[in-house]
Amino acid sequence: MTLLKKSLNSILVLGLITAPLIASAETPEEKGTRIAVEAKASDKGWQDMQASMNMILRNKQGQESVRDIRLKSLEMENDGDKSLSVFDKPRDVKGTAFLSFSHAIGADDQWLYLPKLKRVKRIASRNKSGPFMGSEFSYEDLSSFEVEKYTYNFLRDEACEGGTCYVVEQFPVDKNSGYTRRIAWLDQAEYRPWKIEFFDRKNSLLKTLTYHEYNEYEGKHWRPNLMKMVNHQSGKSTDLTYSDYLFKAGLDDNDFNKNTLKRAR
Amino acid sequence: MKDRLFRFVLDHPVWVILITIVFVFGSAYGAKNLVFKSDYRVFFSEENPQLTAFESMQKIYSKSDNVAFIISPNDGEVFTPKTLKAIQELTTESWQVPFSTRVDSITNFQHTWSEEDDMFVEDLVLDADTLTNADMPRLKEIAINEPLLLHKIISPKSNVSVVNVTVQLPGINPVEEIPHVVSKIREIKTQFIEKNPDITVHLSGMVMMNNSFAESSLSDNAILVPIMFGVVLLGMIFLLRTFSGTFATVVIIIFTIVSTMGLAGHTGFFLTGPSSTTPIMVLTLAVADCIHILTTMFYEMRQGVEKKQAIRDSLRINFQPIFLTSVTTAIGFLSLNFSDSPPFRDLGNMVAAGVMLAFIFSITLFPAMLSLLPLKVKATKEGKLDFMHKLAGFVVNNRKILLPSMSVIMITVILFMPQNTLNDDFVKYFDTSVPFRQATDYMQENLSGMSTMEISIETGESSGINDPKFLRSVGDLTEWLRTQPETDHVSSLSDIIKRLNKNMHSDDQNFYALPDDRELSAQYLLLYEMSLPYGLDLNNQLNVDKSSTRVIATFRNLTSTEQIEIEERIYAWFKAHAPTYQVDIASPNLMFAHIGQRNIKSMLLGTTVALILISLILGFALRSVKFGLISLIPNIAPAAMGFGIWYFIDGQIGLALSVVAGMTLGIIVDDTVHFLSKYLHARRERNKDPKAAVEYAFASVGRALWITTFVLVAGFMVLAQSSFKLNADMGLLTAITILIALIVDFLFLPALLMKLDKSDISTTENNSNPAEGEHNDSVKKIA
Repeated sequence: MTLLKKSLNSILVLGLITAPLIASAETPEEKGTRIAVEAKASDKGWQDMQASMNMILRNKQGQESVRDIRLKSLEMENDGDKSLSVFDKPRDVKGTAFLSFSHAIGADDQWLYLPKLKRVKRIASRNKSGPFMGSEFSYEDLSSFEVEKYTYNFLRDEACEGGTCYVVEQFPVDKNSGYTRRIAWLDQAEYRPWKIEFFDRKNSLLKTLTYHEYNEYEGKHWRPNLMKMVNHQSGKSTDLTYSDYLFKAGLDDNDFNKNTLKRAR
Repeated sequence: MKDRLFRFVLDHPVWVILITIVFVFGSAYGAKNLVFKSDYRVFFSEENPQLTAFESMQKIYSKSDNVAFIISPNDGEVFTPKTLKAIQELTTESWQVPFSTRVDSITNFQHTWSEEDDMFVEDLVLDADTLTNADMPRLKEIAINEPLLLHKIISPKSNVSVVNVTVQLPGINPVEEIPHVVSKIREIKTQFIEKNPDITVHLSGMVMMNNSFAESSLSDNAILVPIMFGVVLLGMIFLLRTFSGTFATVVIIIFTIVSTMGLAGHTGFFLTGPSSTTPIMVLTLAVADCIHILTTMFYEMRQGVEKKQAIRDSLRINFQPIFLTSVTTAIGFLSLNFSDSPPFRDLGNMVAAGVMLAFIFSITLFPAMLSLLPLKVKATKEGKLDFMHKLAGFVVNNRKILLPSMSVIMITVILFMPQNTLNDDFVKYFDTSVPFRQATDYMQENLSGMSTMEISIETGESSGINDPKFLRSVGDLTEWLRTQPETDHVSSLSDIIKRLNKNMHSDDQNFYALPDDRELSAQYLLLYEMSLPYGLDLNNQLNVDKSSTRVIATFRNLTSTEQIEIEERIYAWFKAHAPTYQVDIASPNLMFAHIGQRNIKSMLLGTTVALILISLILGFALRSVKFGLISLIPNIAPAAMGFGIWYFIDGQIGLALSVVAGMTLGIIVDDTVHFLSKYLHARRERNKDPKAAVEYAFASVGRALWITTFVLVAGFMVLAQSSFKLNADMGLLTAITILIALIVDFLFLPALLMKLDKSDISTTENNSNPAEGEHNDSVKKIA
C-alpha cells in the first residue's frame, strides 16, 4: 500500500518535473526551423506551375503603373526552383524574358533575354536585394522559399486571418540580402503565409507583405490570388494579382534554359 | 476703474505680488510644451506654391533630404587603398543612419562595363581589402570621367570625396527625428576620425542645415539673453541710478518673458529660428514701460511728493501713454501675421502678447513692488536736462536750416532703398562660425554649391521616357545646363542611357550616344534596373510609370535673383526646344528664392494696415486729424531711411528684413506719441507758442525718450550679434530704424511743427472742440 502510494507519488512528481521539460525541450530556434521544414514539406510535389501575373505599382502621389507577366516555375528536388517570366507589358519591353535558377545556398543564377538585341544577358546576383521591375518586390521576395535560406526563431502563436498563426522570425543567411530579418505569420492548419514584415539593414520596418484570397489547387497546394506589398518608408506600394493557375502541365528542365529563353514569348 | 485698480495695488501690494506669482508659475508650466522645430519647411505656409510643387515632386520621385560626409584625406588623394577602404566602411556604416534610404559614394557607385557578351553592373569598389596601388589609376580614370560622379561625389583634383546619405524623414515627430539622425551621424563621424586620423570630415546637407537652425538659435539665446540682461542692468543703474527700480524692472522682465513663453507653450506654439528671438525682443520692449513709470515717479519725489503718492501720480500720468504705446507696439508686431512665413507670424503674436503682458505687469506688479522696496531720491545733477535744454534751443534756433537740410538728408537716404537686392540664401543664414556654413563653403570650394534645382519633365505617356525624341530633349537639356556658367553638376537619365548604349557595344566610346530606338532604350534600362541593388535604384530619377524623369542641377551658391533668373532661363529653354512636355522646377533653394519677394508683398499690405490702425489711434489720442497726419512723416520715414542705409551696410534684403518695417512701426510710434502729446499739452493747456511747446516737450520727455531708445537700440544690437543671419539682420536693421526715429523726432519733427503749426491752437482747435477738451481735462484732474 505505502509502496504503491510512494511509487504513485514519485510518478506524479516525475510527471510534474518532466512536463515542462518536454514542452521546453524544443528551443524557439528549433521550433521555428521545424515549422519551416513542415511548411516546405506540406507544399511539396507541385511539380510545375504556370500563372499570369499582373503588377500594379503606386507611388505616394497615387500615380500607377501596370506590368503584365506570364510565369512558369519548375519544382526542383534538393535545390531552389527554376522560374521563367515573360513580360507582356509595358509594351516597349514586351517579349523580354527572365530566367532564374534559385539556389538554397549561394547566389541565384539569372539571365535576361532582350528581344530588341536578340541577346541573353546574365545578371549579376548581388542585386537580389534590388527591386524587381521597379516594384516594391525585390528578387529575394519573389524567389522560392527554401529552408536553408534563413535561420529561425519562433516568437509566438497569434490569431490571424487564416485561424491561428505561428509567428516566426527569419534571419537571412546570405550577406547580400537587403534585410536583417523578416517576421512571418503562417497559419497552423495549412502553413500558408498571411503576412510578412521586412526589416531593413538598420533593423527598421521597411515593408509589409500581405496575402489574400487563397485557393487550393491539386488538393494541397494553396496559392493566393493577391499579394500586397507596402513600403512604409517611401509610401509606395505594389499589388500582385495572379490568375489562370495551372499545375502539373508536364514542364521539365528543357523548358528552363538559356536557349528556351529566346523562344519564350 | 483704473483708479480702483491703482488703489488696490498700492493698498495690498503683497496680494498683487502673490497673485502675479501664481499666474506666472501657472503659465511657466506650459513652457515644457515649447519645442524647437528644426526643419527648413517651417518657413513656408501650407499654401506656398513653391513648397506645394516641391512636396508633390518628392512624392512622385523620392525625398532628397540628405547628409553629406565630406571626406578629405590629408595627403590630398582619395584614390589610395587605405582611403577607399575607409570610404567603403563609412558607406556600409551609413546604412545604419536612422531613416536612411540610400547611400551614394565613390565605392558603391554602380559601375557598368561589358566583357564579351555580358554586361556587368557592380560596385566600383567591390572589396577594398584586395585593392593595391596598381588599381588606383583605373578607378580614378573611371570616376573622374563619370558625369554622375564628378563634382558631386568626387572633386576634379580627386582630393575630396562625398558619402551622401539620403534620409526619408517620416515627419511624424519632426522635433525628434532630425536630432535623432544627427546624433547618429556625429557618432559615425567620431568613430571614423578615430579610426582614420589622417582624414578630415565635414558634415553638410539639408539635414545638417535643419539641425543648425535649432542649434544656432538655441546657443544664441543662451549667450545673447544674459548679455541683454547685463546691458539693461548696467544701463538702468547708470542712467536712472536706482538699485530698487532696476531690481523691480528685472523682475518685471523675467515675469514677462516666463509668462509669454509659458502661454505660448500652453497654446501650442513651437519655436523656430525667428520666433526663438521672442525672449530678447520682449525683454527689450518691456523695459520701456518701467522706465517711464520710474522717471515720472522720481521726478515727483524730487519735488517732495511722498513715495506712495508719487507712484500713484506716475501711474495716473503714464497710464494712457503706456497703454497707447503698448497697443501700437502690439499692432506693429501683429502686422507680422500678414507674413507668408509662419515663423514670423508666431514671432509677431508672441511678442505682441509679451508687450501686453509687460503693460499689465508694469501697472500692477511693478508699483506693488516699488511700494514695498526702499526708494531714496538723490538730488541728482540735472545735467541731462541741461543737455535736452540745449538741444531744444539748438532746434528752435536752427529750425529754418534744420527743416530743409533734414528733408534733403531723409529723401536722399530713402532714394537708396530700392537699390537693395533681394536675396535669401539659406546657406548664408548662418555666419562663418557655424560648422554647417564652414562645411558647405568647403564643399563649394572643392566640389559643388548647395543650390539645386529639380526639373521634372513629364511626357504624359506611360514609358514615355524611352521615346528617342524625349531622350534627345533630356540629353540636349543636360548639355545646355552644363554650359551655363553657374552650373556645377547635372544628374540626368540621358548620361545613364548613353553609358548603357556604350556598354552594349563592347564599351566602344563611339556608341556613347542615345539610341534612336524606343524599345532598345527601354530594354537597356530594364536590364540596368534589374541589376541594381537595394537603395541604388532609379526611383529618384523616374516615376513609377516611367512617364516622367527628374533632372537635378547643382549650381554654385547663388543669390535669389540669380536663381529666379536661371529658373526662367530653363523654362525659356523648354519653350524654345521642347514645348510639348510639362515641366516643373522645384527645390528648397527656389522656395527660399521666392519667399523674400512673396513676403515683401504680403508685408507691404500688413504694414499698411498697421499704419492705418496706428494712425487712427494716434489721431484719437491726440484729438486732432492734423497732428495725426503730421505724425505720419516721422512714423514712416525711419523705416524707409533704415532700408536706405541698409544698402550701404549689406545691400541685400530678404525674408527677415521684409518684416522689419511693420515691426518697428509700432515701436517708433511711441517716440512720436510721447513727443507730440507733450507738445500738444503745452500748446492746449498752457497756451504756449510752438517754440515754447517744443522746448517744453524736450524738457519733459526728451530724457525718457533718449533712455528708452538707448535700451531698445542696445537690445536689438545684441540680437544683431546672432550667428543666425536672419535674426542678426533683423536686429541690426531694427536698431538702426529706432535710432533714426529718435533723430527724426528730435531734429525734424520739432522743425516741422514750428513750420506747420503757425495758427494759435488754443483758439482754433480748442474752440472747435471745447466740450471734449474740457471734459477730458476734468476727467484727468479728477483722476
